[in-house]
Amino acid sequence: MDLDDQANVNRLAETVGKDGMVIILGQPDPNSAGLFAETVTRGDPTWAGPLAGVPLGLPVYHILEPEIREHMDADLYQEHVGLMELSADVDAIIKSVKSYREPSDA
Amino acid sequence: MELKDKQVVAIGEREGVNGPSLKLLAESAGATVVFSVTECFV
Repeated sequence: MDLDDQANVNRLAETVGKDGMVIILGQPDPNSAGLFAETVTRGDPTWAGPLAGVPLGLPVYHILEPEIREHMDADLYQEHVGLMELSADVDAIIKSVKSYREPSDA
Repeated sequence: MELKDKQVVAIGEREGVNGPSLKLLAESAGATVVFSVTECFV
């Protein structure tokens, strides 16, 4: 994750507070989605950014996950996510992100 | 996962779903988006 974005996430977790904060990802493949999910839960795995060694443990979801999708406007969802949903490996992406959100299930 | 009244950080990607799209969708679920960005994963 971009170093400036890591700094922003870290600052928001401190100022807004972790309670009630949710991360939503839009990456197109399991590897990149997993890397971002890992960064906001366990810390930056590349040890290059402000979140290195900072396990924020934030709840992280991918936009493809039914758990959050069901609360969103269906027409907007189709317009903005429909195309990616057809081409992406949806199950693998969800499994990857979920493994960091719920490590005991991995 | 109920998003209503949650503070959302939207981290999109140019080749996937971008930040502004994630923001729109999260807001449609009643969330407040406190930060939105579109990354380019390489």
